[in-house]
Amino acid sequence: MGVPVCNKNKLSKFAITMVATASAFATFVSTTAISAEKKSREEWKKEYVRPSTIPFPTDNPYTAAKADLGRTLFFDPRLSGANYISCGTCHNPSFAWGDGLAKGIGHAMTRLGRRTPTILNLAWGEDLMWDGRFESLEQQALGPMSAAVEMNQNMKAIVAELEAIPEYRTLFNVSFPGKGITVDNIAKAIATFERTVVSGVAPFDRWIAGDENAISASAKRGFDLYNNKANCVACHSGWNFTDSSFHDIGLPDKDIGRGKIVPGVVVMQHAFKVPTLRNAVERAPYMHDGSLKNLYSVVEHYDNGFVKRPSTSNEIYKLNLTQSEKTDLVEFMKTLSSKDAPVALPRLPAYDQTVAGSLNVSPAAGPSADSGTPSVQKGSCNTFLMHYIPCSK
Amino acid sequence: MRSKTFASAVAMLFVVAGVTPANAEIVITQKAKKFDKKRIEIKKGDSVKFINADSIAHNIHSRSRGNKFDLGVSKPGTSVSKVFDKNGKFKVRCAIHPKMKLTVKVN
Ligand SMILES: [Cu+2]
Repeated sequence: MGVPVCNKNKLSKFAITMVATASAFATFVSTTAISAEKKSREEWKKEYVRPSTIPFPTDNPYTAAKADLGRTLFFDPRLSGANYISCGTCHNPSFAWGDGLAKGIGHAMTRLGRRTPTILNLAWGEDLMWDGRFESLEQQALGPMSAAVEMNQNMKAIVAELEAIPEYRTLFNVSFPGKGITVDNIAKAIATFERTVVSGVAPFDRWIAGDENAISASAKRGFDLYNNKANCVACHSGWNFTDSSFHDIGLPDKDIGRGKIVPGVVVMQHAFKVPTLRNAVERAPYMHDGSLKNLYSVVEHYDNGFVKRPSTSNEIYKLNLTQSEKTDLVEFMKTLSSKDAPVALPRLPAYDQTVAGSLNVSPAAGPSADSGTPSVQKGSCNTFLMHYIPCSK
Repeated sequence: MRSKTFASAVAMLFVVAGVTPANAEIVITQKAKKFDKKRIEIKKGDSVKFINADSIAHNIHSRSRGNKFDLGVSKPGTSVSKVFDKNGKFKVRCAIHPKMKLTVKVN
């Protein structure tokens, strides 16, 4: 149970289904019919059925080789300026692809402004980042990599850095015949891998599929509250528990979020992207600012803990939940955890052992397994390392 | 649905008749977090009425050059109108739900 889709066997099966789904983004369309009339529990359940295929964009279709390369790149710290931060450092699969921190930490221990979001189920997302500033995963992948406070990678240098690793040349040529290592292809490979990161089958999914014993009575009551009195469904709708919309949920911090990207629209002040609730238990603390410790405090926030201001979402109002209703909601959210199998880390391609000196990095001084950071021979000054290690000329 | 079809039919009649019509009103419905049309063509001076038939709030705004506007939040069951008095192609969006996209071509 709960085998993650990034499992290799599963992947090849997906590869086949995916060829058939040409217009990729259209494959999963939630047909949520929102209406004022009350729906029964059984009717609501129909809106939470898992999709059977992963959508891939036509300009970056799935191939197993590309996804594998993307996985290797995702976990390779050499994609950062100082070669010690990988995508997986913050998007740690052991923490449901987050970092477990209130706010992320980037290059040189820089504390970032917002919590690290999970990368689960992003194949169905759009407008990436808390403020939605990137329109595709391909664009998004390069964002944190090049940001000085995050991975601090000089994007002009990254291609040469990877070119110096023979196996990467091979892997890129297999995935992108005739094109090889380019910044765009780095992004395409990582995005392809990320789209395969899908939360596995959770007790909730087994209940939706018809197993009445999969979740508790309390969780079922929580599901009813979720869709009615607590109004969570207004935004956290569908099997992925988000409609990718933007709302000011009344957290009292100064960050204006999407307001910076969409100035002049009142409701976008303090608005942030609605995140998935899949595997939420494993992803505390919560909210874009990591200010809420656990799911109980999240429920308290929506019940009566938000600030009212001109931008506060219309879907946020006092709920008057009882203590047992709050418990039911938390019990329900617990059923969304898929307890996926551990993710194996890739073996990272080694530096060239045959052309010592040609890149001004002596093999002995190359990145060693124990230090994790490369050192540069005294007197050597190669361009692709210059941006993070001062050269001693 | 019926009133919207009727409104567009009336607009079409004026065009066919070749008379200078009174400005038409075109109705767009917001339902299930979608606009009921992806693209409309209207005449300069026509107005578009956005009816929120959902149980959640929506927004109408445009960031297109030459016609930036924000009609704010429309609550469930309400409607807002916007007169398009400049020629051009404008992207109308719901800021809350980025999947809601409408192109308005004004001739
Ligand atoms: Cu909307």
